[in-house]
Amino acid sequence: MFLKNQQSQKIDLLKLPPKTTIDADTIALLERLSLVDCANKKGIETLEAAIEFADQILQVDTTNIEPLITVLEDIPLRVREDKVTEGNCKEDILKNASVTEEEYFVAPPGNIPLEARENPLYEEELT
Amino acid sequence: MFSGIKTVAQFRRKYSEAIKSDKWKSVVGLEVHAQIMSESKLFSGASTKFSSPVNNNVSLFDCSIPGTLPVLNKRCVEAGVLTALALNCHVNPVSWFDRKHYFYADMPTGYQITQQRAPLAVDGIFSFEVLPVGSQKTSYKKQVKIKQLQLEQDSGKSLHDVDRSLVDLNRAGIPLMELVFEPDLKDGEEAAALVKELVNILQRIKTCSCKMEEGAMRVDANVSIHREGEPLGTRTEIKNIASVRGVASAIQYEIGRQIKIKDSGGTIINETRGWDAATKTTVAMRDKEVQQDYRYMPEPNLPPLHIAMGPVERGCVNADELRKLIPELPEETRERLKELGLTHEQTIILVNDFTLLSIFEEAAQKRKINYKHLANFLINDLLTILNKNEVEPNDINCSSDYYGEIVELLQNNKINRNTACMLVQEIVSGNQIRPTKIVQEKNLFQITDIAELTKLCQEVINENEKAVRDYKSGKIKALKYLMGAIGKKSKNLADMAKANDILKTLLHK
Repeated sequence: MFLKNQQSQKIDLLKLPPKTTIDADTIALLERLSLVDCANKKGIETLEAAIEFADQILQVDTTNIEPLITVLEDIPLRVREDKVTEGNCKEDILKNASVTEEEYFVAPPGNIPLEARENPLYEEELT
Repeated sequence: MFSGIKTVAQFRRKYSEAIKSDKWKSVVGLEVHAQIMSESKLFSGASTKFSSPVNNNVSLFDCSIPGTLPVLNKRCVEAGVLTALALNCHVNPVSWFDRKHYFYADMPTGYQITQQRAPLAVDGIFSFEVLPVGSQKTSYKKQVKIKQLQLEQDSGKSLHDVDRSLVDLNRAGIPLMELVFEPDLKDGEEAAALVKELVNILQRIKTCSCKMEEGAMRVDANVSIHREGEPLGTRTEIKNIASVRGVASAIQYEIGRQIKIKDSGGTIINETRGWDAATKTTVAMRDKEVQQDYRYMPEPNLPPLHIAMGPVERGCVNADELRKLIPELPEETRERLKELGLTHEQTIILVNDFTLLSIFEEAAQKRKINYKHLANFLINDLLTILNKNEVEPNDINCSSDYYGEIVELLQNNKINRNTACMLVQEIVSGNQIRPTKIVQEKNLFQITDIAELTKLCQEVINENEKAVRDYKSGKIKALKYLMGAIGKKSKNLADMAKANDILKTLLHK
C-alpha cells in the first residue's frame, strides 16, 4: 500500500506559533483525568516541549485532504461469527486480583477523586 | 380569577388551566441503550447469557488483560443496520470506533469503545401514536427524529456496600445500540408512547429483547422547562428508569419539580438525577458530576467499519440484503387493520398488545366475521374476564378460533352478550369443549321468539305490581328493575333489546 501524491514540505522553525504554557490548574486537571504523575516542574516542561514539537504539523497544507486517522484505513475490518468461544475461565480472570470476595472483584467504594496537591509546581519528582 | 366558582370540580378545572396558562413548556429528549440480542459479546467470544454465575462470562479481553484485541461480532453489525433501517435512518457507509475514557471499577480498560464522531447511522425519523390516559382526549400521531445510532460496549456491574464495591464483569463488553433522540417530546406520556413503539419495532425485527427488568434496555431522559418564546432551559438527566411506566412517572415528576423550583425563584442545576421508584421522586446522584472530559480518541485497534449498499460492494454486511429481512412494522399493521374495518383506537390497542393481536389475527383468518366486532369483543369482554381471573392471554390453552366462534354466534344473534361472556369464562376455566357445543348441550340459545318474549314480559308485569306502578308514576329506574326481573326469569337468555321494546309496549297499553 503506498501513498499517492506524496509531497514533502519544509518546516520553517521560525514560523512556529508562540509556545504554549501550561498553568497550574491545567496540569492538575490533566493529572486527575489521566492519573499520570505529572504535576511537577519536569512534567510541565516535558508537556510544553511535546506541544511545541507537535506544533510543526500546523504548517502542513491540508487543503482538500481527508483527515488520516490510521494508515490501516484500507485494511478490511475483520468480523467474527456470533458464537460463544471464550469465557468460562473464572480462575484465570480472578487470578491477578489481590482482593476478591465470593468470585467478585473487590474495589474501593465509588470514585475517589484525586486529592488536589498544595503546590502543583513543586520541584522534586517522585521516583 | 376564582370568583363565581361554586363547586370543588370547578375550582380544580380553573386551577389546572392556570398552571397551563402559566406557559411553562416542557421539553424531553430520550437516550435509549438497547442490548443487541446475540450469543456472544461485541468484541469478544464470551457469552451474553443472562443470570450466569459471577464473572463466568468474561474473556481475557473483557477484563482487559494486556495483549488482547477487539474482534467485531458480525451479528451486532447486522442488528445495528437492521434497527437503523427500521427507524428510517441514514446508514453511514463508513463509521469509526472511538475510545471514551473515564475511570470506574466496572470498566477495567479505563475506556469504553463507542462510536462518537462517525456513528453507524444518523438522521432517522419515526412516527407513533400517543393514546392519552383517562380523559376525553383522543389519540394523536407524533413524529420524533433520531440524532444517531451507534454501537458500543456495556460496562460491568457494581454492587455497592458501605466500604467497598463488588464488581462482576459478566456485562462488560455486552453489545449495545445507543439511540439518541432529538428533544422533540413534550412530556412523560409522549415519552412512554415512544418507548412502547420502539419496543414493538425492536421485538419485531428481533434485534433486542427489550426486557427492561433484565437490563436489556435502559432509558435515560433529558428534561428541561422554559417559558413560551424563550430559549430552552437548563436540562437535567434522569437515569435508573426500569419500566415503561417509570418513564412516564419519572418525567412527569421531574417536570413538576423544575416548575416548582422556577416558580419560587430558584434555578435548575445541570445534573444527573436518579429515579427512585419506591418514593416516586428523582434524587441527585451520589457521584457529583465533576468536570468530565472523556478525551475521545479513535480506537487504534479497529479499522473503519464499511457497510455495503447500492453500488458499493465493499462491506462486512450488506444493507440492501438486510432491508429485505424487515417484517411488517407496527405502523403498517395499524394501516392494514384499519382496512379490515377497525377503528383508529382499536388498531392502536391491538398493535400495542402483541398477544391480543395474535389472537385477533388467528381468529380473523379462520372465519368470515365482522372484524370490528371481533376486535371489540377481544379488547373489552375478553380482557375484562381475563383480568377478573387474574390470567394472561398467553395462559389460555385454546385455539383463537374459539373466540371467533363466539363472535359468530353473537353476530348471528344466536346468543346474547351475557352468554358470550359466560362461554369465555368456560374457556378460561379450562373447558376444552367448543362454544357451539356448550350452547347446544346446555340450551343457551337466545330467546328471540316474539311470542315467547311477550309471555315472559307479561309474567314479569303480573308478578311485580309495585314496580309497574312506580314506572307508571314516572320512576324510570323501575324499568331497569323490571328488565332485571326478565333477565332472572329467562336465566339471562332473553334478547334484552327486543324484550325492552316489548316490555315498554305492554306497559304503555
